[in-house]
Amino acid sequence: MKGPADLIFYVLAAMTVGSAILVATLRNIIYSAVALLFTFGGVAGLYVLLSADFLAATQLLVYVGGILVLIMFAVFLSNRISSVKLSNPVHFRLPAAGICLVLFGTLAYTAVSPAFALKARVTYQPTTAEIGELLMTRYLLPFEVASVLLLAALIGAALLSRPDRPDVARPDMEEPK
Amino acid sequence: MALDKLLVIAAALFCCGLYTILTRRNAVAVLMGVELVLNAANINFVAFSHYVSHLIGGQIFAVFVIVLAAAEAAVALAIFLRLFSTTGTVEVDAADQLRG
Amino acid sequence: MIRYAYIIPFLPLLSFFVNLAVGKRLPRKGDWVSLATIGAGLVMSIVIFFEVFRIYDPNFRYHVVVPWLSLEGRFVINAGILVDNLTAVMLVVVTGVSFLVHLFSVGYMHGDPKYSRFFAYLSVFSFSMLGLVLAESFFFIYIFWELVGFSSYALIGFWFEKKSAADAGKKAFIVNRIGDFGFLIGFLLLFATTGVLGYDEVFRGIAEGKIEGTLLTLAGIGIFCGAIGKSAQFPLHVWLPDAMEGPTPVSALIHAATMVAAGVYLVGRVYPIFTPDAFLFIAYTGLLTLFITATIALTATDIKKVLAYSTCSQLGYMILGLGVGGFTAGLAHLTTHAAFKACLFLGSGSVIHAVHSQEITEMGALRKKMPITFITFLIATLSIAGVPLFSGFYSKDMILKSALLFGMKNPQHMILFAGALLTAGMTAYYMFRLVIRTFLGEPKDRHKFDHAHESPPNMWVPLVVLAGLSFSFWYSGWFGDLVKTPASAIPAVHAVPASAGSADSVLHVPSAGAAFAAESAEPKGAGHEPAAHAAAASERPGTPGHAVPAPQGEKHPPAVPHEAAPGAEAGGHGASHEAHLDHLAHVWSMYLSVLFGTLGIGLAFVVFRFRWIDPEKVATAVRPVHTFLLNKWYFDELYEATAVNGTKALSRALGWFDLYVVDGLVNLCAQLGVWASFLIGKFDNHVVDGAVNGVADVTIGSGSFFRRFQTGKLYHYVFVLAGGVLIIFLVKAF
Repeated sequence: MKGPADLIFYVLAAMTVGSAILVATLRNIIYSAVALLFTFGGVAGLYVLLSADFLAATQLLVYVGGILVLIMFAVFLSNRISSVKLSNPVHFRLPAAGICLVLFGTLAYTAVSPAFALKARVTYQPTTAEIGELLMTRYLLPFEVASVLLLAALIGAALLSRPDRPDVARPDMEEPK
Repeated sequence: MALDKLLVIAAALFCCGLYTILTRRNAVAVLMGVELVLNAANINFVAFSHYVSHLIGGQIFAVFVIVLAAAEAAVALAIFLRLFSTTGTVEVDAADQLRG
Repeated sequence: MIRYAYIIPFLPLLSFFVNLAVGKRLPRKGDWVSLATIGAGLVMSIVIFFEVFRIYDPNFRYHVVVPWLSLEGRFVINAGILVDNLTAVMLVVVTGVSFLVHLFSVGYMHGDPKYSRFFAYLSVFSFSMLGLVLAESFFFIYIFWELVGFSSYALIGFWFEKKSAADAGKKAFIVNRIGDFGFLIGFLLLFATTGVLGYDEVFRGIAEGKIEGTLLTLAGIGIFCGAIGKSAQFPLHVWLPDAMEGPTPVSALIHAATMVAAGVYLVGRVYPIFTPDAFLFIAYTGLLTLFITATIALTATDIKKVLAYSTCSQLGYMILGLGVGGFTAGLAHLTTHAAFKACLFLGSGSVIHAVHSQEITEMGALRKKMPITFITFLIATLSIAGVPLFSGFYSKDMILKSALLFGMKNPQHMILFAGALLTAGMTAYYMFRLVIRTFLGEPKDRHKFDHAHESPPNMWVPLVVLAGLSFSFWYSGWFGDLVKTPASAIPAVHAVPASAGSADSVLHVPSAGAAFAAESAEPKGAGHEPAAHAAAASERPGTPGHAVPAPQGEKHPPAVPHEAAPGAEAGGHGASHEAHLDHLAHVWSMYLSVLFGTLGIGLAFVVFRFRWIDPEKVATAVRPVHTFLLNKWYFDELYEATAVNGTKALSRALGWFDLYVVDGLVNLCAQLGVWASFLIGKFDNHVVDGAVNGVADVTIGSGSFFRRFQTGKLYHYVFVLAGGVLIIFLVKAF
């Protein structure tokens, strides 16, 4: 689709990729986290352009509102913000960059080669109802399993984060006195 | 039409995420790299769901990926905090007790 | 009784065992056991002798054998006895002298702590000697030969506490052994060629030509070597004077009468095997012996030593006699010598017992104190000096005659007669020197003279008996008739052309009536002179060129009828020539021997009795000669320097070899084992363990290497992961 849609698309793409590059290269963690914020935002915009409105909303809510905030907390709690040196060894940056570039080249090459059977007509529809319906019917099991997973993650994270105190250091299997 | 471009964007995102994982010392930064990778995968899913597939299974998959990424980020950060409390640092190099 | 002759040796053997086992506990310490057995033997021997005498046959021969040891039928050793005229005489001689010596020893050895053992040894010696006399094969005579050697060792070294006596015993045995070695070689040569051991069988084998020429001469010389050793001939005479260390009865028994006579007896027994060359060897050995030892006797001052050398000299006479063909002469001298020499030795024993010294320089005028000893000693000396009417004259004259006859036939060997004659004179001289210095004149040692006394009867009775036997009438006549030269077994000696029956004629047919070489055609006379003639005529089996065929004048024509005719003719012609020579030799030898004997006796009296010549001045004048004779021609020193030291050096060398080479090799092997094990250990340590350790090291090394890949750092893992994925992508894409 030509017109403003393409322009918006390119702007979003540039924001996303540019932020991603910043995440990779910026020394300061906070700056990286902020760049990550913009990356997530750009991705959400791309979702909109791809007719995935529910997903865009979820992306912003969960990723930006949840995960990014969590990352921020972790950064603050790890207490080495200003003095973090992040001395990436020089000899390692080059090989890593090399691999990544080669990989990008390969993937890009694969991407531009006409191998996919595209749909004839691309339609734009709201997806929320359909996703909800599918989650309850066809994808019920993954849905339930995901909830169990979330429960496990919850418990696990809570357990891992408990501070070490003498009276809670004893094994969990023992009967409380 | 824009499928290839989207795929290229996803590839760029993936490679940046990979570069972050490989290069960064801070564990939280590594986690950020992981999130980038997951996002790249998500873009791929949604793009294909939009341009190739007649169903929206791709989007559902992307939903689940987001859920999992959240859970995983939570646990990972809990682990990082634990690591911080035991070793006093969040650097990846500090967790080399599996060194052979 | 002849049939039971084999019992005679076993009687003294019995007494040997008895005396050895229980002698000390018997009453009188068992001397009567020995005396009884040897006395019984003497009685039996005398009976046998009279039986043989009654038969009065020069060819008498009693020979029985039983197969004793059979080796798978290939070879049989027989045991048996042989009794002929010579054996009968020897039996009486041996048992007789042995009995008298036993009797003498009762007095002489009285109080000796080993009294019963002495009689045991005397008995075993008698057993050995009697066995030797009766043996009928080389095998058995050798066995008894060695037994006699052992017995003499035991008896000579009887007082072994005294070192010189023990050494003398050893010397006797070893020197004898050397001779015995020759004996062994000799009869083994015969055995190897003929395959048999009995006398008759060997003679038959020689007649069949199984052994001849130089080999037969060597065999004969080998056997004679035994006689050289046993009868103390030059050069093995050195043991006899040292053997005087034994008690005097031993000297009398062994070294006068019996053991030394064994050699002469052996030569007589195996007479038919000697070739003319062997006979020459024998004759010259005898000559050398009789001369050398007589010269030593001229200067000796120990009474027993003088007698010992005299014995050697007389043995030389016997051997000479046998060598020149005087078979009867040699054996006659053997018999007469037994009697008078035993008498001389026992007489010296009596003197020593009385004076307690053996040096004649300490004696003198003993005839006043010991008349019986003096008279008997004088009689025996007259006999040995060859004074007519005495037995010594009879036999010595026979020898001289044989030597002269041989010299006449072979003028190049006249020296045999000349030497014997000269030595006869020397014999007379030194024997009378002994008599004069011991019994006549003035006592040199007053103290000893005062203590001297006559011996008890058990000592002088044997002396009287022996002296009584020293007269010629006992032997003349019958001895020459009965003891005749046997024919030679060598076929080549006889001029009779070889024919089918010639083998029979020349040897002893074992059946009764052997073919002895007979007397000449002359009739047998009554006196000893004709007998001596006859003996001489038949005696020379040697020199080729003189046809003295054995069957000449055969006494038993029926045995060899076809030989008698040609033999008798040739013999008949030669016989008269023989008889003439014989008579000539007889006359000359008799007069010459009497002359020399008288000269010798006269000289002895001149020097020692009348003192017209001073022996001291003579000795100083010829001091080198005198010293040489006094030191026994330095034989002992010579042997010591050569044989004894040579043997010691050889044994030292062999000992060194054994210690360093043989043990060195053994030690070297052990050392090799040590080195090998060291090397193997090193190999085991370094190579084997090295391999094992190497494997471990490789494992550790590779582990250390690969461990570096596990850095524990996540981003390294991810890097590798990404790299791997990339590679897969690339591979799949292109």
